[in-house]
Amino acid sequence: MRDAERGALSFWPAEIILVSKMLMLALALACACAARAQAAPDVADFTLANGLEVVVIPDHRAPVVTHMIWYKVGGADETAGKSGIAHFLEHLMFKGTEKNPDASFSQDVAEIGGQENAFTASDYTGFYQRVPRQHLKEMMALEADRMTGLVLTDEVVRPELNVVLEEQNMRVANNPAGRLGEQIDAALYLNHPYGRPVIGWRHEIEKLTRDDALAFYRRFYTPNNAVVIVAGDVTADAVKADAEATYDKVAVRAEIAPRVRPKEPVQEAPRTVTLADSRVEQPSVTRDYLVPSATTAQRGESEALDVLAHVVGSGANSRLYRTLVVDKAIALNAGAFYSGTALDYGKFGVYGSPKPGVPLHAVEDGIDAILADVIEHGITADELDRAKTRLIADAVYAQDNQAALARWYGAAIACGQTVAMVRDWPDQIRAVTADAVQLAAKKWLDRRSSVTGYLVNSLQSEEKRS
Amino acid sequence: MNLKSRLAAPARAHRHPTLLRLRGRVGWGWRAAVAVVLPFLALATSAAPAPATTIERVVSPGGIEAWLVREPAVPLIAVDFAFSGGAVQDPAGKAGTANLVASLLDDGVGEFDSKTFHDRLERKAIELGFTADRESIHGSLRTLTENRDEAFEDLRLALNAPRFDSSDVELNRAQILSMLRRATSSPADIANRRWWETAFAGHPYGRPANGTLESVPNIAIDDVKAYAKRVLARGNLKIAVVGDIDAEAVKTMLDRVFGALPAQPELASIEAATPQGLGRRIVVNLDVPQAVIEFGGAGIARKDPDFMAAYIVNHILGGGAFSSRLYREVREKRGLAYSVNDSLLWLDHSALFIGSTATRDDRTGETLDLVQKEIHRLAEDGPTADELAKAKAYLNSSFALNLDTSSKVAGLLVQLQRDDLGIDYISRRQAMIEAVTLDVAKRVAKRLLDGGLLVTVVGKPAGIASTGATAN
Repeated sequence: MRDAERGALSFWPAEIILVSKMLMLALALACACAARAQAAPDVADFTLANGLEVVVIPDHRAPVVTHMIWYKVGGADETAGKSGIAHFLEHLMFKGTEKNPDASFSQDVAEIGGQENAFTASDYTGFYQRVPRQHLKEMMALEADRMTGLVLTDEVVRPELNVVLEEQNMRVANNPAGRLGEQIDAALYLNHPYGRPVIGWRHEIEKLTRDDALAFYRRFYTPNNAVVIVAGDVTADAVKADAEATYDKVAVRAEIAPRVRPKEPVQEAPRTVTLADSRVEQPSVTRDYLVPSATTAQRGESEALDVLAHVVGSGANSRLYRTLVVDKAIALNAGAFYSGTALDYGKFGVYGSPKPGVPLHAVEDGIDAILADVIEHGITADELDRAKTRLIADAVYAQDNQAALARWYGAAIACGQTVAMVRDWPDQIRAVTADAVQLAAKKWLDRRSSVTGYLVNSLQSEEKRS
Repeated sequence: MNLKSRLAAPARAHRHPTLLRLRGRVGWGWRAAVAVVLPFLALATSAAPAPATTIERVVSPGGIEAWLVREPAVPLIAVDFAFSGGAVQDPAGKAGTANLVASLLDDGVGEFDSKTFHDRLERKAIELGFTADRESIHGSLRTLTENRDEAFEDLRLALNAPRFDSSDVELNRAQILSMLRRATSSPADIANRRWWETAFAGHPYGRPANGTLESVPNIAIDDVKAYAKRVLARGNLKIAVVGDIDAEAVKTMLDRVFGALPAQPELASIEAATPQGLGRRIVVNLDVPQAVIEFGGAGIARKDPDFMAAYIVNHILGGGAFSSRLYREVREKRGLAYSVNDSLLWLDHSALFIGSTATRDDRTGETLDLVQKEIHRLAEDGPTADELAKAKAYLNSSFALNLDTSSKVAGLLVQLQRDDLGIDYISRRQAMIEAVTLDVAKRVAKRLLDGGLLVTVVGKPAGIASTGATAN
C-alpha cells in the first residue's frame, strides 16, 4: 500500500486525506487490465522548453478539470533552523503578485465556481484548482504568474504566521497523537531531515520571516523544478498549447541542484518513545520501520512491501486484525501500512490498541509474534492472491476519481518516480511472489531500524517491560 | 468496516486529521474539518448538467424505485441507499443503537460468520459499508462490473439476513466505547456534543448519534435485532445506482436485494424542534492550548421558499472557503484561526446553521466577538450586490465539480430523494438561484442570522465564562 501523503499539510482544512485514502492505495491506469481495456486513460507526458514537465490524464465523464502544480521541494529541503518554511511559503503563495494582487487569484477561482487548495509534505509542495474545463488556460496563466511573481509585505506575512501557528495548535499541540508522531519521526531519522515535522518545530515557526520565505521561493520555485498535472475533460494537444502559451513563458530563474540529503547511518539500536498526556483515553502502540521507498527500492521490493502491509495489516482479514482483534480478542484495533511515496526513505508501520484491561505490551507482543511468523514462514499462496486482487482492483476504483489520480501521479513524480512506474504499478503487483514478500519482511522488519511509540495516559501507568 | 476504518491507526490521527463523519460525501480538497453534519447538497448547484447527470427513474417489477446514472467509462458500479430513521429512532436510554446496527450489518450474514463474509468480500474486492447518522442508515456498495452478481448477493444478505452474533456485537460495542472514551477529551467532540445536547435538550436530536458511555453498554442484542427489523424497510428507502449497468439489470437487482424487506418501517414519530439556548454561551474547561468554538442558530427548512436565499447568505458568511466573510476577517486579516466556517444544516424535523473555529486560548474572546460581529453585520445590512452576484455565479458553476466521481453522484442522488426535491431538481436549480434578488437576500439574512446564537467553547479561554441560564 502506498501512501501519497508523507504527512502532507493542507492550506485549508480538507477532506483530501480521507477521501484519497482508498484511492491512494492504487493508481490507475492505462493498464488496470483487471477489467476492461476501455477504461484505460491515455496518460500523456511532455516537457516544455523551460524544463517544466506536464502530465495529462484524460477523463471525459464530467466537464471539469483538475489542474495541479507540484514543486519538487518540501520540508526535507529546508535549511536547518528554518523548519516550517516550505509550508509557510505555501500559505504565502496566496497573497498575490504584481499582476494579480492580493487575493485576486482566489477570487477568480471562486467566481468561476472553482475549488482550490494547497498542501506541503516532506518532498513536495502542491497547489491545485478544480474548475469547469473552459477555465483551464486561465488557471495556468495565474499559476505561471505566481511561480515567480509573488509579492510579500509584512502586513500580510504576520497574520499568516499566526494562521500557521493555529494550524500547528490544531494538528499537534492540541492532539496527543500528533505530538507522539513528531517524536517518533524525530527518533526514526538519526540524520535525515525527514525527522523534522513538515509544519516545523513550533519555536522555529515563530521566528520565520518574510525574507526567509522569499529566499526559499527564489531558490526553489522555477519551472525546471515543477511538474503540472492536468486531469479531466481535456486532450493532451490542447493542454500542450495552453501550457506553451502560459507556463513556457516563465524563464528559468534558478538551477536546481540534485536533491541529495544526508543519508541515515547504519541504525543499530531499537528506539522507543512514550508520550503521556492525561487526555489519552485509549492507549496505543505504533512502530515505524525505516524501509525503502518506491523510488529507492530495488525492482519489485516496494511492491512486495505493498503486499506485505496488506496481508499483515489491511482490513478485517489481515493477520493483525484477525489474530489480535477477533481471535485472541486482546485489541480493539490493529493494522499495518506501507508508505512508499518518498524521495528517500519509505516507512512500514504497525499499530494496535488494547482492549480495556489488557496491558499495552500484550498487544505489542502479539504484533511481534505475527511479524516473526511472517519472517519465518512467509505468507500463503492464498493470502498472496487475495492481496493482489484487492490491490489491483484498487487501481480500477482509482479511475473513478480524476482528482485522486492527479494527486497520485503528482506525488509519485515529485518523489522521483516516472509516469511509466506509476502506470505499470498493477503489473508490478502481479509479479510479486510469496518469496519476495517473505524476503522483504526478513530484510526490512528489523527492530534495530525502528521506533516504537507508546501513547499513554501517564508515565506512571506505563507498564514496565521486563 | 466503517467502524474499523474510523478506529484505524489511533496513534496516527495526524495523518488523517479529519476523521469525522459527514452525512453526505464532500468534494475532496474542500470543506472544513468540523464535527458538523454537512449535507452533500450544500455543495451542489446546477449550471449546465454534465453528461453524467442524465438521471433515469427505474422502477422494478416489485415496485422498488431507484435513480440511475449510467456511466460505462469505468468498469465499476456504485450503489448508495438510505433508510430514514437513524439515531432518532434509538430506543429510550439506548442511544447508539442505530450506530451499532450499522457497524454490524457487514459482519456475519446468512450462513457466513463475520470472518467468512469479510473474506468473501475481499476476494472480489467488493466494498460494502454502512453508517448511521441522526436520521438515516446509509449503505454503500462498490464493485467491479465483473463481480456485480456476487456483490448484489452480498448486499442482499447484509440487509436481509444479518446474524448479529454476540461476538461481533461485543467487539463492535467495545470499539464504539473506545471511540466514545477518546471523544471525552477531544475539544471538538466536546464542543459539538454540548452544542447539540443544549440546543435539543429532551429531543432525540440532543442525544449523541453514536451513543454515550452510559447508553451503549445497555444495548442488548435483541435491541439491535428489533431496530433492524423496524427500520430496514422498503417504505423509507431511497436508492441510487451509478456506473456501468443498465436499467434492466438494476430492476432485477432491486427486487432481488430489497424485495424481501418489510413494506413499511415502524418508526416512532419525531416532533419538530427548534434549537434552544440561543443567546447562551457555554464554556467547558479543558487543558489545551487552542480553544474550539462551536456556534449556531435556527436555520431555514429545505422546503421553505427562502431556503435558496439562506443558502446564498450562508455561503457569503462562511460557506465559501477563501471568499467568505468569516475567512477574511478571522483568518486572513487577523490570523486568529486556521479553520473557520459555517454551514446550513437541514434535518427532517429541524433546520440550523452551525459553524466552528479554533483559536489560541488568549485570543478566544476576540475571535468570538469577531464571529458574532460578522453575523450581526450580515443580519443587519445584508450582503452587497457584488457579494450576491459572486455567490450566485459560484454556486451555479461549481455544480459540475460535484459530479465527477460515481461516489459523489450516488451520494447526491440519494440526498435529492431524501430531500424530496424531484428528479428534475438539477435542471431547475440555476433558475432558483438566479431568482434570489438583493432585497430577498437582505430579508433572509435578517431572518436567518438575527435569531441569536448558542455558543460552546472548550479550552481554557482567557476572560471568557459561561453566560445565560445555568451552564457547565
